[in-house]
Amino acid sequence: MDAILLQILNGLDKGSAYALIALGLTLIFGTLGVVNFAHGALFMLGAFCAVTLNRLLSLGFVPEDASATSVGGFSFGAAKETPYVEHWFGESVGAAIIDWSVPLSILFAIPVMIGIGVIMERGLIKHFYKRPHADQILVTFGLAIVLQEIIKFYYGANPIPTPAPEAFRGSFDFGALVGFDPNTIIYPYWRLVYFAFAALIIGGVFAFLQFTTFGMVVRAGMADRETVGLLGINIDRRFTIMFGIAAAVAGLAGVMYTPINSPNYHMGMDFLVLSFVVVVVGGMGSLPGAVLAGFLLGILESFASMAAVLETLPGINQIVIYLVAIIILLTRPRGLMGRKGVMEE
Amino acid sequence: MLGLTKKDFALLLVVTALALFAPFILNPFPEGSGMAQFNAGYPDLMQRFAIFGIFAIGFNILFGLTGYLSFGHAAFLGVGSYAAIWMMKLLTDNILPAMLLSVVIAGLFSLVVGYISLRRSGIYFAILTLAFAQMSYALAYSVLTPITGGETGLQLKLNDPRILDAALAPGERANANLFGLDMTASHELYFGAWQFTFNAGYYIAAACLILAFYLSIRIFRSPFGMMLRAIKSNNTRMTYTGLNARPYALAAFVISGMYAGLAGGLMVAMDTQVGPERMFWTASGEVVLMTILGGAGTLIGPVLGSGVIKYMENIISKINGSILHEWFSWMPDGLEDALVTLIYPFVGKGWHLTLGIVFMLVVIFLPGGLVEGGQRIGRMFRRNGGASRAAKDIAEQRNPAE
Repeated sequence: MDAILLQILNGLDKGSAYALIALGLTLIFGTLGVVNFAHGALFMLGAFCAVTLNRLLSLGFVPEDASATSVGGFSFGAAKETPYVEHWFGESVGAAIIDWSVPLSILFAIPVMIGIGVIMERGLIKHFYKRPHADQILVTFGLAIVLQEIIKFYYGANPIPTPAPEAFRGSFDFGALVGFDPNTIIYPYWRLVYFAFAALIIGGVFAFLQFTTFGMVVRAGMADRETVGLLGINIDRRFTIMFGIAAAVAGLAGVMYTPINSPNYHMGMDFLVLSFVVVVVGGMGSLPGAVLAGFLLGILESFASMAAVLETLPGINQIVIYLVAIIILLTRPRGLMGRKGVMEE
Repeated sequence: MLGLTKKDFALLLVVTALALFAPFILNPFPEGSGMAQFNAGYPDLMQRFAIFGIFAIGFNILFGLTGYLSFGHAAFLGVGSYAAIWMMKLLTDNILPAMLLSVVIAGLFSLVVGYISLRRSGIYFAILTLAFAQMSYALAYSVLTPITGGETGLQLKLNDPRILDAALAPGERANANLFGLDMTASHELYFGAWQFTFNAGYYIAAACLILAFYLSIRIFRSPFGMMLRAIKSNNTRMTYTGLNARPYALAAFVISGMYAGLAGGLMVAMDTQVGPERMFWTASGEVVLMTILGGAGTLIGPVLGSGVIKYMENIISKINGSILHEWFSWMPDGLEDALVTLIYPFVGKGWHLTLGIVFMLVVIFLPGGLVEGGQRIGRMFRRNGGASRAAKDIAEQRNPAE
């Protein structure tokens, strides 16, 4: 029993990332009808927002300290850089700000990612609505290459460790909390934070679509774009904003993922392929389907990597997601919760 | 001639001539000059031109004609490679049986994958092929290690059985050969400052390329090719006329899988080693890039596209900061530094950035690829090339398969 719970928990963090990326992909597909192969790159850009903010906050200067020994213009000893934030806000507050740079990046990433999303939609994707899906896949695939090469140029090819705040580093005994024997389920704090964060974002997006006028119009537009347009509503502009929001969702997924996996320039591509599989399994164009399939596949992957399973079916952890996707596509072409008439020829 | 129209035969002749004289054409700059780094006439690169040309021609038969976008073609190339290296390990280091087996095995594998994947179309087909390719990659990397060598891959070894070959003399290495003709054998011709290398392996790959190109012309012009175009332009209408589209699409899929297998077999013949990374999905993406860049649905496009990409990969990635400084050294210092800083991200390690940008520009402005670009330029220089006629031509090109 505790082993099962442990695997479910282990699957949650990857599942959360899949669900968030798949949610964004589905938002874009459902509103604009565009298959966005650059969505993994948006996830990656989000992660690098966190890296950038961390670097910005750590920017420092060498204080001109009179007490430092200075011999012939060369200073020795106290040549340690002091970050500006520590200088401005005092040492303890400054250090705390740097320590909390990853959560703070959320505030930084939201406007940046919405901006990137809107520019992407207005500048490029807009011209591809009437082109075939193959063209959309290809141009966004090209864009993904360009984005990740730009990041590679400025940040290098190596993963950049970006730690979580001190308070959330390390693990705790989750099993003891819920009544199992102690030391059976040890779980890192940050993964729990990531799951809670993902749940919050997913809930937020659904609430936004369900309970606001803006969301209502967008849902109406997803159902019948033309009629909404004929009612005198500028649906294009709302869809552009939805693209920005989808980009922000992917970006935030990336920001919070940095402490789990040090970001590198090709992390987006790694997630993209799996996220597409998730979208297809969940059902093209279905938001709940994307979220459900994301968590299900994440947990399934973690079950498949149990030692007992690997003994009977070696290598299954590597292929289980693809296997499930193939079976689902062939037996339930619309995916788990796909609607009728979406992407069917 | 050879069952081709005059125009197609001329095209075949051009490709044949290009392939045969490639060692001359690709080495226009004398050795030791500053421009020598742009020479592409060395065997390793020329072999890759031919091999990826074959790969892209095969992919084009599927994507260009039927419109099915496969994102998993590298799997067939990888399977072909593994088949070939096992043949060379177990049977003989003659490349002929190895290449035959690689084509057959890749064909069988693509039959299985195609039979399942072709139940769906559009993006679902792309995801299904991608899933199969990623599964093959993951399995080759982990569980199938006894067959594939896992991460290290497979190489020819001294103690391989090779039951048809005589035992190796001590100190002798097993070399890929064709009835005794060593693949690495080269003849070098010096002509003043110029050096031209004629490599046996390259000419075998080139012969395969010409054969593959000829076959693709025949397929394009056949009633079978017409059926494939019908699948692309209107699958529903084709079904309504009482034709079952799937066997045709499956045949195209298997043919393009066999082309990929041949390319994989040739890769092993030229360089006797295999690793799972050539099945990774970015490798599948690369052949898509090549085909689109050259012009999907055109005959010459894929060959052109693979040539351009492989040339860029090898030549642009060699340019570094000091070479740039050397080029612009005649400029005033400030301007020189500014230009070098501007260009630097696009060359050397950043050549993928150039590739991505070029690819995006092609998809946006030239959906027909370089071939369409060439046609547009040709039209500009033609007499009476009025705007109305250009517009009409563009309208005709909406279907690049024609």
